Amino acid sequence: MWFLTGFYALFFYFAVIVLVAGVGYKIYEYARTPAPLKVPTMPAPLTRGGVVLRLMGEVVLFRSLFRSNKWIWLFGWMFHFGLLLVLLRHLRYFTDPVWGWVALLQPFGKYAAFAMVIGLIGLLVRRFTVERIRYISNPSDYLMLALLLLIGVSGMMMTFVVHTDIIQLKAFFLGAMSFGWQPIPSDPILLLHLTAVFLLMIIFPYSKLLHAPGIFFSPSRNQVDNSREKRHLAPWAAELEKAEAK
Amino acid sequence: MAKADIKVPEMHEYPVLPILQADAMKGSGPYIAKAGFQDPLGYPGELVDNWEDKAVEKMGDLLSRFRSLRVYLDSCVRCGACTDKCHYLLGTSDPKNMPVARQDLLRQVYRRYYTLPGKLFGKMGWQWGLDLIGAKEMNKDVLDDWYNYYHQCSQCRRCSVFCPYGIDTADISMAAREIMDSIGQGQKYCNEIIGKVYKIGNNLGLPERALRDTLEGLEEDIEDETGVKVRLPLDEKGAEVLLITPSADFFAEPHVDGLMGYAKVFHEAGISWTISSYASEGANFGMFIGSYENMRQISLRIRKAALDLGVKRIVFGECGHAWRVAYSFLNTLAGPFDFLDPHYPVPQHICEITSGLVKEGKLNLDKSRNDDMVLTFHDSCNVARASRMGNVPGGQFIIPREVIKAVCNNFHDMEANTIHDETFCCGGGGGLLTDDLMDLRVKGALPRMQALKNVVEEHGVTHMAAICAICKSQFTKVLPYYGFNMDKIVSVHQLVSNALILTGQEED
Repeated sequence: MWFLTGFYALFFYFAVIVLVAGVGYKIYEYARTPAPLKVPTMPAPLTRGGVVLRLMGEVVLFRSLFRSNKWIWLFGWMFHFGLLLVLLRHLRYFTDPVWGWVALLQPFGKYAAFAMVIGLIGLLVRRFTVERIRYISNPSDYLMLALLLLIGVSGMMMTFVVHTDIIQLKAFFLGAMSFGWQPIPSDPILLLHLTAVFLLMIIFPYSKLLHAPGIFFSPSRNQVDNSREKRHLAPWAAELEKAEAK
Repeated sequence: MAKADIKVPEMHEYPVLPILQADAMKGSGPYIAKAGFQDPLGYPGELVDNWEDKAVEKMGDLLSRFRSLRVYLDSCVRCGACTDKCHYLLGTSDPKNMPVARQDLLRQVYRRYYTLPGKLFGKMGWQWGLDLIGAKEMNKDVLDDWYNYYHQCSQCRRCSVFCPYGIDTADISMAAREIMDSIGQGQKYCNEIIGKVYKIGNNLGLPERALRDTLEGLEEDIEDETGVKVRLPLDEKGAEVLLITPSADFFAEPHVDGLMGYAKVFHEAGISWTISSYASEGANFGMFIGSYENMRQISLRIRKAALDLGVKRIVFGECGHAWRVAYSFLNTLAGPFDFLDPHYPVPQHICEITSGLVKEGKLNLDKSRNDDMVLTFHDSCNVARASRMGNVPGGQFIIPREVIKAVCNNFHDMEANTIHDETFCCGGGGGLLTDDLMDLRVKGALPRMQALKNVVEEHGVTHMAAICAICKSQFTKVLPYYGFNMDKIVSVHQLVSNALILTGQEED
């Protein structure tokens, strides 16, 4: 029992550290690398406020994807927003007392799992059946969908079919977070669920999952269209000019 | 490539998604630049020793200087949104012409050398691991694919419009070309042309003398036609406007009719202007090869010309990528332009000038002079998706159409998903306007030709207007392959020229 608890507690710490440090480093790298030219995909907003709206349109509504392909949009959006609600609902296992708005979200979060899993299945079927998408898919693209499906289905099993000892699980996480370990319930479905989630957290900073922070740094979406009014110069380009002037 | 080798794709009433044909366009790509064309640009004359390492090293250099490359190489989830958006995919059926597949040619090397799993699997020699994440060692096969398929991208940015993360294959193909140049495998067409700009001042290698003769000839043509002496000045100090225009405007059809149109507009508006023999080129092929440094050197010629001639404004003629470099990059590359008249944006597009004059009622226009034509308008990709005109987003769609409608009675747009920011490339942009890529150019024109055919049949459209020198040259060449006359393509300012009645002009 203590071996299992210790293993999952350490696994949890490791996954959190890799996720936070890895994504943090990536964000630092994106922020540090200059965008030397004005390259927004036009028509682009003329103000920073406009850029915020444009990015919100992409992040919340997947606007460009909607313009491109309604099926990918539908499945992609169902999956992502199902996932968001599910994640928010899971905050209840990490907070005591549970925040009011998380409690309110609880019933929605439970059923959002269906949207999430249906979306994932749709995306997976597309990957298998549409020739163009099959051509561009790497093994890792299938595996990531499979991993997410495993997470979704095992989670739904616990919500709707074979309940786990959720009180004990919460004690485990609260304990792990305050470094006072409590035993983890040893249900196989729960352990499978946690293993898959931790794996996903670990591959996040080294895979295409980086699209999540990436969208905010994408020059074609986050730049203001004001190149005639305001001179845009990267630090390395300014150095280049200085070196020439000498 | 001989004409006999070109297979023209079939046109359908509605765009049809092709069944993929692997390696349909596999080949050796366009002619490789010889040492003499590489030297002036600062690139090695032939493939350097241990070019594999140098290529990887250059990729690292670009990754540290271009956020776009870093974010775009990391972010793609292979969702498939772009897979049916490229005109070259639609025209050739080669799966590597899907934007994501084209990007993956570079991304596979990025994943091998610049991501943790790639480095780990590579070091351990675990091929299964590299296959799992789609990573590849840099080798000759990869380089061959790069050279071939990064010269099947016209950098039109249509895929970027539809990508949920805005990943722009144009940026990626530019980076790939820069890497290839830096290891000694450049493209002859682009690099030879850039060399001519450095040596003579324009892409065509037209020296000052010949340019002067050409412009005088055009003055005579206008006088013969209208009875009015309209000047096309060269190197005139103290002129108000410096006109920068693609050198194709000096002699190619229908470009030159556009140039005469600009001259008439300036004349009628009473704006003094001049062309510069030193900066007698609007095009900037430095962009096509993804070289900030070369793009900057070419742009600096414009700055020098503006300073030497003491002009107050800079105006660009009809050219797509030139307008992208001008509108989006000129201030960055060759600014600040604080020595010019602050009342005007720097630079301005000739369509902005003409549309302003039309609104002020300063031009005497007789639309009926274009009644022999029914027009449509081809949005050039670099104008549509990489620049703007006027004060509002999307002005680049509105202003040219306003100009056309002010000088023509008959105008019909093509289908909505083939115009504005969803416009299809002519098939010859991005440094591909060369005879050795003729087969690709014909195939890449397919989606535009289909949309054109539809308006020809539905609305009796007779002519298509454009504001890009490359589009005009490309259409002149490819229209006949699709059963259209080559003179179906016209310059927007050719239409203006037709309708504009000059003060003192003899009415016919």
